[in-house]
Amino acid sequence: MRWSRRHILDTDDWSTEEIEAVLDTTGAMVEVLSRPVRRAPPLRGRTVVLFFAESSTRTRVSFELAARTLSADVVNISASGSSVEKGESLYDTVRTLQALGGDVVVMRHSSSGAPYFVSERTDAAVINAGDGWHAHPTQGLLDAYTLRGALGHLAKKRIVIVGDVVHSRVARSDINALVPLGATITLSGPPTLMPSAWRCGQAPAGTTYEMDLDRALDGADAVIALRLQKERQEGGLLPSLREYTRVWGLTEARVSLMRPGAPVMHPGPMNEGVEIDAAVAHGARSLVERQVTNGVAVRMALLYLLVGTPTLEAS
Amino acid sequence: MERRELEAKGYLVTPGFIDLHAHLREPGFEESETIASGARAALRGGFTTICAMPNTEPAIDTPGLVAEVIARGRAAAAARVLPIATITRGRAGRELADLIELSAAGAIAFSDDGSPVDDARLFRHALEYARTKDLLIIEHAQDTSLSRSGAMHEGVVSARLGLPGIPSAAEETAVARDIAIAEMTGARLHLTHLSTRGAIASIRDAKSRGIRITCDVTPHHLAMTDDWVAGSRAFAWEREGHGREAPLARNGPAPAVDADRFAQSQARLSLEKPPARAVPYDSSIKVNPPLRDWSDVRALWEGLVDGTVDAIATDHAPHASVRKNVEFDQAAFGISGLETAVSLVLGGVAAGWADRNTVIRALTTGPARVLGIQRHDDDWIAIDLDSAWTVAAEELVSMGKNTPLLGRTLRGRVVYAVVGGKARYDGGVRGASPVGSR
Repeated sequence: MRWSRRHILDTDDWSTEEIEAVLDTTGAMVEVLSRPVRRAPPLRGRTVVLFFAESSTRTRVSFELAARTLSADVVNISASGSSVEKGESLYDTVRTLQALGGDVVVMRHSSSGAPYFVSERTDAAVINAGDGWHAHPTQGLLDAYTLRGALGHLAKKRIVIVGDVVHSRVARSDINALVPLGATITLSGPPTLMPSAWRCGQAPAGTTYEMDLDRALDGADAVIALRLQKERQEGGLLPSLREYTRVWGLTEARVSLMRPGAPVMHPGPMNEGVEIDAAVAHGARSLVERQVTNGVAVRMALLYLLVGTPTLEAS
Repeated sequence: MERRELEAKGYLVTPGFIDLHAHLREPGFEESETIASGARAALRGGFTTICAMPNTEPAIDTPGLVAEVIARGRAAAAARVLPIATITRGRAGRELADLIELSAAGAIAFSDDGSPVDDARLFRHALEYARTKDLLIIEHAQDTSLSRSGAMHEGVVSARLGLPGIPSAAEETAVARDIAIAEMTGARLHLTHLSTRGAIASIRDAKSRGIRITCDVTPHHLAMTDDWVAGSRAFAWEREGHGREAPLARNGPAPAVDADRFAQSQARLSLEKPPARAVPYDSSIKVNPPLRDWSDVRALWEGLVDGTVDAIATDHAPHASVRKNVEFDQAAFGISGLETAVSLVLGGVAAGWADRNTVIRALTTGPARVLGIQRHDDDWIAIDLDSAWTVAAEELVSMGKNTPLLGRTLRGRVVYAVVGGKARYDGGVRGASPVGSR
């Protein structure tokens, strides 16, 4: 299939073919990463601007590695906090980015929808590296790639996503990447951390809500635990982290309710002992480290599809 | 020009519209609007009288400030400007403003709009005290503990977009509180910009029990739904499979005289396709109360048709671009609405959601009754019902260009406005020379 998207803002309107095209390209990138010299030329002469208005070492480093492996020049711009307080508006930053003339802007921002704002005001291709509660497309795609690798395919597989769904861009992007590949999703977690519409019969296609985690995990093919922010308790959404762990934490006993060998994933960083036990996080079922490795390959695939020249041969 | 001349030319001539709810931003936010620019924008929209909300800087909470707004309104020589004063000093929600003195200075009503009076005890006292002169209290009914961090209607769209929601319950619980306090005090209470079906049902019930309560809805809540935040640009009546509802009138179908026009409008509706989609998270759609879902919009129209809703008010909320050209969650709430109001509601009329007389009443006699004022017989306007026009920032008289309708072609436009017998706006009446336009 011919790649036609200019930006990667959200995967909510992607076809199955588009998702598969990215996953197949990711496979080629995994091969590049396994070479003795991990370097390929398709982004030579291209500039990738990493604009992280919200700090995230992991995702930024992953994108940086992806861009450098494909021979791009990389520029880092970090701006912290909300634009209004700091006096520098996002609009100002975008004009600066535009003047600098990067080919790709990879952006992380605390406001849902901010990548749309930027994409409307710059000529560069924009990749959303996480916006507010809204989307984290590369995480969804890397989770799909990782799960496909572990399970062979996703058709009729049932994946559990447990935790703070309402505030989670990862959950939304996982749904958007996994459902078109044939998976069904069971969402679990406290009702206060679930979008109210999704609890009341309006969950997205391919997903259902099951408050009881044991029932959700029973016979499931995989589970993705979400990070629980400690401030949810202070916000009155949870009585205590202890109670959360007791009811929705991933323990060895719980994960054994799934099909034998069913994998466990987490987007990181993990709160071990809160949403996931250390034994599960580092146990035989855990794909957490493979997620990190695959993340670089998925980001390479997207950079390549957006602005790469069509050769992966080493120069 | 005379009314009869304009009628003979095929224009619809009606009494001038009265807007219960406009933000003119002066004093304090003159980069967004001034009393003069707002009063001129009003005439473009057919409003010959507008009530100016007091959430300015300083807030309108002293007789001197009331007098100043009146003086600047007169000087504008456009629409009549009636000042609304605050309920509480500085709109701080802690102590009552001098309601009787403010009324004597010319305040037409009292509101802390933008914020509700959160303290129910103080709100009770405001209503009790207002009884001394039978003053009108206008309340922005919203439980701020439920709405505080929200950016849009809480529902399936906010869940998908990852935006914090303002649940319908934030309005519905506040309306229930306000009705109970209105009942216990017997004061005149008007709830403005209601947006939810639950609120409309509560008002209907309160009116049936004889409680002195009135309410208004805005053109944007009558026309748009929460999926506009996700990029939809279909008016509620353009939604797939919902263009041709039977008219809502309880007492039979729409008047026969309009049948031809109705059929023509329906034919036009199918020709004038809305732009397929816009970019999501457009901050011009951010408004409080937020755009709700389709069933809420239907309930507002039902309330309009059965008389539960007394008036259509614009909640005209102009903002300088710097307050809107930011991330969605950082953007100011509000839509610049005076100049598009009548075109929007006529869209619903063309779709058969109410008859034309119903919406004209809600723009004229309805708000006059809420305010308890006589309409001025020599305030009148002429509307070209067939004129199609495209909303363009540079054409809007309001300094607030913050409307999601930019670039949209609407039908029905005010072409002539007379205030106190003087032609104050002429938008190009056929065969006449322009007066005071722009």
